Amino acid sequence: MSGKPRLTYLNGRGRMEPIRWLLAAAGVEVFEEVYLETKEQYDKLIKDGVLLFQQVPLVEIDGMKMVQTRAIMSYIAGKYNLYGKDLKERALIDMYVEGISDLMQMILMFPFSPPDAKEKNLEAVKERATNRYFPVFEKALKQHGQDFLVGNKFSWADVQLIEAILAVEEKVPAVLSGFPQLQVFKTKMSNMPTIKKFLQPGSPRKPPPDAHYVETVLKVFKK
Amino acid sequence: MAGKPKLHYTKGRGKMESIRWLLAAAGVEFEEEFIETKEDLEKLRNDGVLLFQQVPMVEIDGMKMVQTRAILSYIAAKYNLYGKDLKERAWIDMYVEGTTDLMGMIMYLPFQPADTKEKNLALIIERATTRYFPVYEKALKDHGQDYLVGNKLSWADVHLLEAILMVEECKADVLSAFPLLQAFKGRISNIPTIKKFLQPGSQRKPPPDEKFIAVVRKIFNI
Repeated sequence: MSGKPRLTYLNGRGRMEPIRWLLAAAGVEVFEEVYLETKEQYDKLIKDGVLLFQQVPLVEIDGMKMVQTRAIMSYIAGKYNLYGKDLKERALIDMYVEGISDLMQMILMFPFSPPDAKEKNLEAVKERATNRYFPVFEKALKQHGQDFLVGNKFSWADVQLIEAILAVEEKVPAVLSGFPQLQVFKTKMSNMPTIKKFLQPGSPRKPPPDAHYVETVLKVFKK
Repeated sequence: MAGKPKLHYTKGRGKMESIRWLLAAAGVEFEEEFIETKEDLEKLRNDGVLLFQQVPMVEIDGMKMVQTRAILSYIAAKYNLYGKDLKERAWIDMYVEGTTDLMGMIMYLPFQPADTKEKNLALIIERATTRYFPVYEKALKDHGQDYLVGNKLSWADVHLLEAILMVEECKADVLSAFPLLQAFKGRISNIPTIKKFLQPGSQRKPPPDEKFIAVVRKIFNI
């Protein structure tokens, strides 16, 4: 009987990628993945009643069929002690994670924007990362001088931030040039054993979305 | 010295309303400072009190909290409205994310182009009656208890009541096929703290009107 979590999503990043990151960072190295490739597969899942709100991501974990990205991530963070030591640390982790999530949302939607909007959207990602989000984390790290964002301990917030940094760098390569603390953070996090493993080829990490991925999304979720 | 949480937002529902509901349900008195002009928002930003330059912002327990979900999670946990363990919290989180998605559709409705309003409203009703309400109706039916999770009032119940009332404002008989939700609505509305919040004179905000939408557009440049 498999104790491993089972993930159901498309074979790509999307809304499942932060969950893959968090599981991997928590040391849950191997999990099963079911990939949706056709509308029929998706319709069958809905018909079988396994998707609470008829949506994916779906993560089967500890006897639950969990949906809703944030709910899933909160559960994993709580279970694997990546959620701070008390309510106030949790509050700070939540704030950081929500902010990063807003930035990641822009990147998530990017491949689906019309071609003539792409340049403008890319500029928006760069602007928000550089002016709204990265300065917050740069400042936090500078102020306490610790390796991790919250409570001097590795948490969900650190995982989410390293994921976001790498994702933005894929689009804006020099984005960290004004952020020395984040550069150090990036190196440190990348070298954490579980994350280092996740960043190596052959891990469950998915590549950036390409045209085929976009096509599959549109096909599977077509009304 | 204020022990009371202080809420910073515009004088309307938006993303702050769920926070008002939850504080009220928990029996927590709170103060509000309303953003009425662009300058009010700029001042908050320049004072450096908005972590990501955005509202809602809630001053609570020495923190200047931002991000609606973070604020709600903190309040829920602090006032024991978040279940008794990790699994109950997981269910509450899932349920709340569903009602958040539904209420989000309603919140954005006034900002959609006028010619899409009818279509979007129809979609809201469709989602409410085929995607969301059936889930909560079934949950109540399956366990036969008064509350969604763990036989105890939680954030999920408060959020669901808020969502029900909001959808009813769009279509008054939307609960006609959901007898358990009708009973749920009656029960939760009668909880003393919630009953008080539902009465005139409380800090509950009315549905947005044209005038309020115009103010919001101006303040947030949307």
